Amino acid sequence: MQLVPFLSPAPRAGSTAASARHALGVASLDDALAGGLACGRLHEIYGAQLEDAAGAAGFTTLLAAGLAMSAQGPRAVVWLQEKRAVQACGSLQGQGLSELGGLPHNLLFVRAQNTKALLQACLDAVRCPGLAAVILQTHGSLPELDLTASRRLLLAAERSGVTVLMLRGGAEPVPSAAETRWLAASAPSRALAANAPGAPAFDIELLRQRAGPSGLRWRLEWDRDRRSFRETEILPFREAEIFGAVVPVPVRGPAADSGAGALRPIPHAA
Amino acid sequence: MTLADARARCPQLIAHEHDEPADRHWLERLTRAYFRFSPAVTQLPPDGIAIDITGGGHLFGGEQGLADLAQDQMAARGMTVRVACANTPEGAQALARYAHWPAPDERGAIQALPVVALNLGEEATRGLQRAGLKTVGAVAARPMATIAARFGIEAVRAIERLTGDESAPIASLMPRQALRFERRFAEPVAHRESVAVTLAELLHEAASSLEERRLGGRRFGIELHRSDGAVHRLEIATSAPTRDSALVLRLFAERIGALADPLDPGFGYDSMVLTVLRAEPLDPVQTSIPGATDGMIDDARALAELVDRLSTRLGPDAVRRLVPRDSHIPEQAQFALPAIERGAPAPWPADTPDGPPSRPLFLFDPPQGLHDVMSEVPDGPPRRFTWRRKLHHVRLYEGPERIAGEWWRRKGGELAGQGGLTRDYYRVEDVRGRRYWIFRHGLYEETDGPRWYVHGLFA
Repeated sequence: MQLVPFLSPAPRAGSTAASARHALGVASLDDALAGGLACGRLHEIYGAQLEDAAGAAGFTTLLAAGLAMSAQGPRAVVWLQEKRAVQACGSLQGQGLSELGGLPHNLLFVRAQNTKALLQACLDAVRCPGLAAVILQTHGSLPELDLTASRRLLLAAERSGVTVLMLRGGAEPVPSAAETRWLAASAPSRALAANAPGAPAFDIELLRQRAGPSGLRWRLEWDRDRRSFRETEILPFREAEIFGAVVPVPVRGPAADSGAGALRPIPHAA
Repeated sequence: MTLADARARCPQLIAHEHDEPADRHWLERLTRAYFRFSPAVTQLPPDGIAIDITGGGHLFGGEQGLADLAQDQMAARGMTVRVACANTPEGAQALARYAHWPAPDERGAIQALPVVALNLGEEATRGLQRAGLKTVGAVAARPMATIAARFGIEAVRAIERLTGDESAPIASLMPRQALRFERRFAEPVAHRESVAVTLAELLHEAASSLEERRLGGRRFGIELHRSDGAVHRLEIATSAPTRDSALVLRLFAERIGALADPLDPGFGYDSMVLTVLRAEPLDPVQTSIPGATDGMIDDARALAELVDRLSTRLGPDAVRRLVPRDSHIPEQAQFALPAIERGAPAPWPADTPDGPPSRPLFLFDPPQGLHDVMSEVPDGPPRRFTWRRKLHHVRLYEGPERIAGEWWRRKGGELAGQGGLTRDYYRVEDVRGRRYWIFRHGLYEETDGPRWYVHGLFA
């Protein structure tokens, strides 16, 4: 029973938010994006491989945390998680989010029984003008999230000024209305003293950009003190040195030197 | 007198432990039995009941008649009771406890009460007695400024309340009338539009009633009574108290839309009832002037509305906020609470940048097992492990961070070997740059061949 017609929120007085850009703090990256990540648009972040879902999620979290910082104080972020994404990645951890630079207190996270309900909830969230960003985390291919659905999200985002970040693990890129499409992966960090893992590092590739250059790659490191990204050089991938005499050197992938290629898994001899 | 003394004097003594909650509960039940005399009845813990009989005593045969009735009612329940009437609840209580009633002169009787009737606590009472003030009258005759200087303003207030110079109304236990709005139809109504219009009218009535009481509703319910006797009940909840009838109407529409089988009006509805099931104080707020830069308030309202709408459609558990919890066990270090119950964002401890994150972004609960782990004994890091059928070679590691089990929660946990297994956590990075939080469940001296698990993923 429909009691009232659906009321879509009126466009806000300052709807210039849709044309604003959020600078990421890395000069070459911001140049390629013509000033930064466009607000009020759709951006897709794909995990480079199945295991890179957490790395891609970390990159997305940091983008959203940057978007959430506004002059009036932090704004809210809605994180929608598909059930398969929870199985693949685990559930979000507040302390980890806080230590990474995210904002756990501003985060609302939503789970739904099925994809249709999740997309509907996503659309509702994108229509809500009080938000900084909406993250839609999915895993695997998602037939419901087609060009029409993404176009619908884009229209709502342009109206409300909310940035939509679609975080997709274990999926192949499909046509969509996204402004930019990224391939993100965890990258080897620069070791701290005593061989401890260093600051989070990401390999990102700009696969596609509407009206802009694409196919560019960066290795970014998150600087927690300055709360911004920093570009680092890609260290050569020295497998033999790491493995030493412990195990035989496994077969290398075609792009193993860049650290972003495929390492062929050794058959599990159980 | 100690229990041993009492037993020595009276061997037949039966002793029971004092059960304070049961006493309180019993007193509350007794108190509710007195609503027949007055709507303003309250309990005076631990063992008193105050009834405001102003303007109602004559209905029961005056003060004396009412006292007899009250006494009979208590006697029927096997309780002995002392009754007194006075101008203030405090005065009546003091007379009932420390004097005989009825007294010919109430003022005189109160003046003659011992100072302990002021109920000021042991120290103040002893202080007054040492000063030679034995009765309430003697204390009241002193200048109040000196009493206030010596015993505080509370003592002055107690004297004034006892003598009737000041009075405070009692807070009645009587429940407030429920906010219930009903509409009966002359003919059964089956049209959706009519139902919607009636619901909107009821919501407007509810909104004005709520505004009078300076309340806002948190939970609303409607009952649709069908002409064949079937009743449909629907409920919605909001994250913040509201009087916005349009918002509540939208939420009901959302609720009806989410029903598994749609509402069937059959031959029509006879009546509709709207109930405000839970209300909370809500002061009137100034609505923003059009054009003013009042963005944050509007944003907060839009967000609350989003939470309400999604919670109504997907269920309250589907929309959550993370709230920190005081536990060092990683999977218990946070609550994910329904956002509709926690309107305001939860405070998280401020992040102090110090090296890379020590806790993962994602946590597996339960942790996922690892195979073929090659590690150094006794507490060295893993060198390689197989997770999800893929082999990972560890390039960098940090640890162990040793997290002991919560032995104090276990029965016999303080005994050696009973406190649960200790976990040794390592932050590791494999050669591809993926960062994992893995742990060994148990030390080598605690268990044979401890197992390894991956518990979380870092960005």
